[in-house]
Parts: sequence; structure tokens; C-alpha cells
Amino acid sequence: MRHALRRLGFFAITLWACLTLNFILPRLMPGSPILDMMAKYRGHVTPRALHAIEAAFGIETHTSLFVQYWQYLGNTATGNFGISLTQSEPVSQVITGAVWWTLGLIGVTTVLAFVLGTLIGILGAWRRGGWLDGILPPVFVIATSIPFFWIGMLLILLVGKIHPSFPTSGAYSYGATPGLSWPFITDVLQHALLPGLAILITSIGGWILTMRNTMVTVLAEDYIRMARAKGLPGWRIMLDYAARNAMLPNLSGFAMSLGFVLSGAIVVEYLFSYQGVGYYLLQAVVNQDYALVQALFLLITVAVLVAILAADLLTAVLDPRTRTGG
Amino acid sequence: MVALQITAEPAAGPGPTSSERAAGRVWRAVRSNKKALAGAVILLVFAIMAVIPGLIARDNPQAFSYGRSLGPSAQHWFGTTASGQDIYSQVIWGARETLIIALVSGLLSTVLSMIMGIGAAYLGGWWDHGLNLVTDILLVIPTFPLLIVIIAYYPHSSLIPLIGVLVITGYSYGARQLRAEALSLRGRDFLEAARVRGERRTYIIFAEIIPSMTSLIVAVFLGTAVYNVIAAATLQFIGFGDPNSLSWGTMLYWAENGEALQTGQYLWAIAPGLCIALLGAAFALLNYAFDEVGNPALQRVKVRRDRYAAPWRIRANRAS
Repeated sequence: MRHALRRLGFFAITLWACLTLNFILPRLMPGSPILDMMAKYRGHVTPRALHAIEAAFGIETHTSLFVQYWQYLGNTATGNFGISLTQSEPVSQVITGAVWWTLGLIGVTTVLAFVLGTLIGILGAWRRGGWLDGILPPVFVIATSIPFFWIGMLLILLVGKIHPSFPTSGAYSYGATPGLSWPFITDVLQHALLPGLAILITSIGGWILTMRNTMVTVLAEDYIRMARAKGLPGWRIMLDYAARNAMLPNLSGFAMSLGFVLSGAIVVEYLFSYQGVGYYLLQAVVNQDYALVQALFLLITVAVLVAILAADLLTAVLDPRTRTGG
Repeated sequence: MVALQITAEPAAGPGPTSSERAAGRVWRAVRSNKKALAGAVILLVFAIMAVIPGLIARDNPQAFSYGRSLGPSAQHWFGTTASGQDIYSQVIWGARETLIIALVSGLLSTVLSMIMGIGAAYLGGWWDHGLNLVTDILLVIPTFPLLIVIIAYYPHSSLIPLIGVLVITGYSYGARQLRAEALSLRGRDFLEAARVRGERRTYIIFAEIIPSMTSLIVAVFLGTAVYNVIAAATLQFIGFGDPNSLSWGTMLYWAENGEALQTGQYLWAIAPGLCIALLGAAFALLNYAFDEVGNPALQRVKVRRDRYAAPWRIRANRAS
């Protein structure tokens, strides 16, 4: 119980640190990025939107930093993130429009990579020294050090050669009407195929390696020898005895990686112009749309915090050894 | 994730010899392992490219003096870019900045990890709580978005802010590992002995604790170097680097903007990416080899173990 409370306290502090970073960074940097932004957007957006920004950053009103900080915390707590200058709509609307695309593309691919990678890792460790075990680790050591965006570029190049009309950018075709119709769904799936494949190639190696290595360690345990001595069938030893125990660290890693789905979206969505969270974050950064930058950064951090909390809980539930008394 | 670490058992008397032994250990690890050797060779080749690029590629990499989008030929081995620069010499010259970013940010990150990690463990008490809290927060806040947000507010594109941001956002994982290792050393006899001998704190930290953690420190360095190579290249690719600089990430940025893939200048996009991948792989191979040498469970089944058996103490540390 005390442990849980301490963890919660830590998350509260981290959240506060993230909020404060969000508040301090634009005010701390040399050359006053806020004034740059104001100058850039004067005449391009409605006076009301500009005024909202002025109020938020305390420019014309000359409110003290402390009051600004207090107002900022209050606004964030009530879900009032301001208005996005690039999209000319409330930040919360931009985010709700973008977040599902990211979760759909990268969330699903993360789950796939975990399941496939873990299975391959189990097989690799089980047939230790076999062809799978011989080929995979070196291949994936190299694969994990390849920059993701480069794999994406090569895929675009390859597909462009083989099948020039295959979609390589966007989440769906221009002019398609979103809805639950069959043509629209296939269109979305087609658009998701290349970015999904690129993520899969670069992320599966980590799962394979960690699963294989824990599995190798677990296979040396006495209870595995015991199971062999009892004459249990090989697949039962592999899945019920070894893999089940070796999975633990991987499972909590998986829970954490789900939290990093949003933060991992940036490069994928940039490369494939996929309109999710990462795409909007980059757009906002490039166009100095700071209200959107702040809200997206907060969202990404909160996602990670929740995932780590879930991973903690999961480990505590699944592995009695990690539970401390009291 | 399971990180495996090796600590030398201080069998003989501790002191200056332990650092010599540590250096010898690193050298043995490189020589005796094929993966490590491959990594070291790749690194050496890139180092040569970075030191004497002018001797390998005679063309000025930044002169716009050739035909645009030429295919590979005897004059231009890899062809030319959309604005008429020689791609081959850009690749050769690009090694320098890429390697500088990797090594400098990797080294500085490692030093910061050591200060925050070993410092926290050694000083203990409130220092430990304070330093550890900062590290933990930075560990949890997603690094790449943080990088981008900081660069967004600080758009002066030069190397120093880029390296600075990489160091601040990238040290935390190593600091955690080093702290755990230093904590496990804290009660050891050889440190007690040094304290009883009346050695100064700085002596204990630099001559006793750090040498006995060499393998882990090297692993932390290699890990951050891989990460920084890729992170820096990605930032440059997205357009947050100096667009006039000569590095593989910047080349890819121009290749994408110059539509290298559409105009058929494949080598413009392939060569720098391959170099980044190889450099990352070199660090990763070295790192992997260290793990393998340290943990007999991961070694090939037929390897002779007696060579490492006696003087090693092996400990599996689960860093979650």
C-alpha cells in the first residue's frame, strides 16, 4: 500500500514537472518565441484568437508570471487548451480528431509486433542453436539500429517502383468520405499498410531479443529440468513452463510500449503524412502553434504515465515475487 | 528488459591495478568476440573517413558545380544531387559531423549519467532522493517529443544545442543503471577498506568505484551512442538540424526534399541511410558482444567457458 502511494506521488510530481516544462519553456527561451508567433499570425487569424493567446501568455495584460502560471494550471485542469492557430479550431477538437488515427495505426502495429516478436523469441530460444536462432539475433541487432524513417523511405521507393498507384501518404484517399462503408475501410487499410509494415520491421527485433534472452535464462532453471524428467511433452514445457515465466518482463514492457504509441507516432506520421497526433505535433512546432504543442506534449506524457502505472499493476498482479509486504 | 553486467571480484589488492585490469578486460572482450570485432572494424573505417575525408573523396562536397541529378558514373560514383553536388563526397565528408555528434553526446551523456547515478548512490540520503527524482522524471517523459518541443522553442540550428538537448534527454537510463550498480557496491569490503585507510572521497569514487564499474560504463556509453546517432539523424531528417551542415541526416533531409526517390537518385537516399544504420549497428554490435561475454548463459553453446570462469562475478540485473 505504501509502495502504491509512493508511486502515485511520483506520478503526480512528474505530471507537475511536465506541466511546468510546458509553461516555462516558451517563456525561458531566448528571442521570445511568443512575440515571434504573434507577429506571424497578426492579420491571419481572428482578433479573438489572437487575444486569447495574448491573455494566455500575459503579453498585453501584463499579468505576473505567477498569475499566468496559476491560470495555466486552471485552464489545463478544466480541459481548456485554447485555440489552435494553424487549424483555427479549439485544440481539444484537433486532438480528438487526430488521436484515433494514431491509436489505430500504431496501436494495432505495436500489439502485432509484440505478439509476433514474442512467438519468434520463444521458438528461437527453444530450438537453441537452430537456424532460427542463428539468423534472427544478428539480423535484428542490425535492424534495431536502422533509423526508422530510412526503412520507411526505402519502402516508399520500392512500392513506387512495383506498384506506382499504391498509396504512400495520408490516412485515406483525398476526397473519400469517411464512414463505415466497405470501400472506405479498404482504403484506410491500404493507406495503413506501408507505415504499419515499417513500424513492424523496426520494432519487432526488440521483442524477439528480450524474449529469447529471458527464455534462455528460464530454460536453465531447475523446474524446467524437473518438467523434462516428468516426461511432459515438449510444447507444454515450452509454453506453460518456460514461456509463461519468461513473459513477465516482456509483458510489463509491452504495457509500457503502449504508452509510447503516441510519442512514437511523430516520425511515422511525418514520413507518410498520416494525420495523427505526431503529424499535428510537428505541424504545430514548425508553425509555432504553441497552444497545440503544449496540449499534445501533455497528452503524450499522460499516456506514458498511465501506461507505466498499468505496467506496475500488471507486474504486481502477475508476479507475486514483486509484491512487498505491508 | 534484462541488462547483464559484469563486476570484477577484487581478488587481489585493489588500487591502480584494477583500472589496468578493466582496460585489459575491455580489450579481451573486443578481441575474443566476432561481433565485437565487426563493430570495431566498422567504427574504424568511419573514423578514417571522418579524419581524412579529403584524401578519400577529392570533390568539394558542398560545391554546386556539376550537372544536376546525374546518374552514377566514373566522375561521380554515386551521381549528383538535385542541385548538382557530388553525392559520394558528401557521404564521405558526412561521416565527420555524424561521428562527432555520436561520440560527443554519447560521452557527455555518460559523464552526466555517472555524476547523477554514482553521485546519488554514493552521497545517499537526501542527495539520493533529489538526484534520483530528477532522473526518474526525465526517464518517464517521452524523449523524442521533448527533444522536438525544446528544439521548437530554440530554433537556432547549430550543433551545440542539438548535442545539449540529446545529452539532457538521454542520460537518465544510464544513470539508473549506474546507480543500481553503485548501490550494490556500497557495502563491499574493498570500499570499506579504503574508507578505513582514510582515503579521500574523490579517491574512493575515481580510483575504487568507477574502475570496478568499467564494463557497465562502457555499455551505457555504447547504448547512448546508438540512440543518439539515430535521434540526431531523425531530427535532421525532419528538418530540425542545420540545413547547411554536412551530415548523413541532413543529406537525407535534402534527398527527401529534392525528391531523390521520384527522380531516380536512389543512391542519394540509400547511401547515407546505410551509413547511419552501419554506424548504429557498430555500436550495437559492440554492446551486444559485451553482454555476451559477460553472461555465459547467452554464449554459443560450444564456447569454452573455462577461460572466463574464475575471475568473473556475474549478476543479472533486471532494469525495468
